[in-house]
Amino acid sequence: MRILLFILRKEFIQIFRDRMMLPMLLLMPLMQLLILPFAADMDVRHLKIIIVDNDHSPVSKSLISKFTASDLFEIYAISGSYNEALKLIETDKADIILQIPHGFERNLIREGSEKVAITADAINGVKAGLGTSYLNAIIQNFNQDIALEWSNATSLTPPQDVRYSFWYNPYLRYKNFIVPAILVLLVTVISGFVSALNIVSEKEKGTIEQINVTPIKKWEFIIGKVLPFWLIGIFDFSLGLLIMYYVYGIQIVGSLSTLYLFAIVYITGILGFGLLISTVSHTQQQSMFVAFFFIMIFILMSGMFTNVESMPPWAHTISSLIPVTHFMHAVRAIVLKGSVFLDLWVDMVYILCFDVVAIAAAVINYHKTV
Amino acid sequence: MYSITAEKLTKKFGNFTAVDAITFEVKEGEIFGFLGANGAGKTTAMRILCGLSYPTSGKASVAGFDVYKQQEDIKKNIGYMSQKFSLYENLTVSENIEFYGGVYGLRMREIRPKTKNILQKLGLDSEANKLVSSLPLGWKQKLAFSTAIFHEPRIVFLDEPTSGVDPVTRRQFWEMIYEAASRGITVFVTTHYMDEAEYCNRISLMVDGRIDALDAPKKLKAEHNAQSMDEVFYALARKAKRSD
Repeated sequence: MRILLFILRKEFIQIFRDRMMLPMLLLMPLMQLLILPFAADMDVRHLKIIIVDNDHSPVSKSLISKFTASDLFEIYAISGSYNEALKLIETDKADIILQIPHGFERNLIREGSEKVAITADAINGVKAGLGTSYLNAIIQNFNQDIALEWSNATSLTPPQDVRYSFWYNPYLRYKNFIVPAILVLLVTVISGFVSALNIVSEKEKGTIEQINVTPIKKWEFIIGKVLPFWLIGIFDFSLGLLIMYYVYGIQIVGSLSTLYLFAIVYITGILGFGLLISTVSHTQQQSMFVAFFFIMIFILMSGMFTNVESMPPWAHTISSLIPVTHFMHAVRAIVLKGSVFLDLWVDMVYILCFDVVAIAAAVINYHKTV
Repeated sequence: MYSITAEKLTKKFGNFTAVDAITFEVKEGEIFGFLGANGAGKTTAMRILCGLSYPTSGKASVAGFDVYKQQEDIKKNIGYMSQKFSLYENLTVSENIEFYGGVYGLRMREIRPKTKNILQKLGLDSEANKLVSSLPLGWKQKLAFSTAIFHEPRIVFLDEPTSGVDPVTRRQFWEMIYEAASRGITVFVTTHYMDEAEYCNRISLMVDGRIDALDAPKKLKAEHNAQSMDEVFYALARKAKRSD
């Protein structure tokens, strides 16, 4: 026990003395949580629209006024020709074109229907998809308006009425979805990969050889290396929760102790995983590459930004084997929905399994003797 | 009494025999020089004796403990200073000593006065709170040696401790080795400097994984009709078929 205290003392001195380490452990989480949620906002608003009005009629004017009223669109220009409008799309100045044909009003009155054309820049598929559906909605709305205005009671088809209610995130704020995700990613990177780098740097400098000829036991060395990062991981997680509440106004609906229980179990496993990476790599560069590979997988397959359920079955399976998926799910569910432990026990089982596998593999792989 | 005994100690890596059935003994309190060209197998043999690596076959014991079964007991009774500089650059001089003292089970109240004592002897007392990275190499090596014998081990293993160090510091380093030996610590040292070989009580010379010569430097010189250890080394090492 006394030996372990000497090891911990040395580790803490080294961590707090390292000029790179402290900013990485404290500044990086702050920056990421304060900046990334704004950047990773996938809500599409203020789409720049160009309206090519070939009709110049009162009806076309009233359609255009629908767009001025919405904050989803911003009228970039009202143009006389389609080609001119297309040029603006090509030069990236605008996102979408609405073409109102010549004789729009006349045909609408005479034949009761008319078509408009929508052209969208689809390089960003999400933006184009959402943009056209918003546009559709506005045109639908316009349809209903003129139908009501021109109708006589007999031909009036009652407008369909669909009401949505969005639970747990009533204003569909993307930040509510993404801030917990960034918090999870952060804890993963700090406790998993920074600890791996720390151990590998001892290999690189050759000091690990000196450690290996001392009577330090395997478990003493491992605990000595892992415990500081475990504490830092919990600290960063708490810091993140504070930022989530004070900066983004996200209240934790569920129980804080359940949240911490998940965090503690998860951080333990991810530290084991970091230790495993450090046992298989010989230089910091190697461990960086391995870490980078896994971070990519973690981000893209854990449902952080995407929907796990819409993945093909095989990807879904991989996703469910990644502990991040479960921790992310649990954090979101506890924070936003107020889920209780009984709702999330399956996630806990997955995380615990990962803990056991990662730690066992790391301990078996770590040798004092070659 | 012997500190180290090895009998037909062998280490193979696949088809390559790094250490080829070496047999030798090191007496208690002796300064034993372990010589050989690069790639002769010195470091491999030394790593086995320090409990860092298992032999393929043969027998060996260090401080009375078996290299197969009692590696952890060996580690409690030896000090080791590797070829690579092994102190922590981002810890201060006294933090390094305290750490290594601590991991050998010493208490802080034993470590503190002893550290002071040692730093005084080394003339480093004004540097106690400076980072090791700021020290010149010669001082670092002397400090590393003091750290390796801080817990009063029975045997200290030194792997090319003076490579890259200036002649004056080397001299001082050897004075420290003599001082340690006079306290009864067995010194097992590898070196490339033949003048240093002459300082040893006995030396062994490894060629291609085998020990080709083992005796006091004087006797070896007489045996090979040589003026200096240099000539002995050339005469024997010339036969080597492998190098690194």
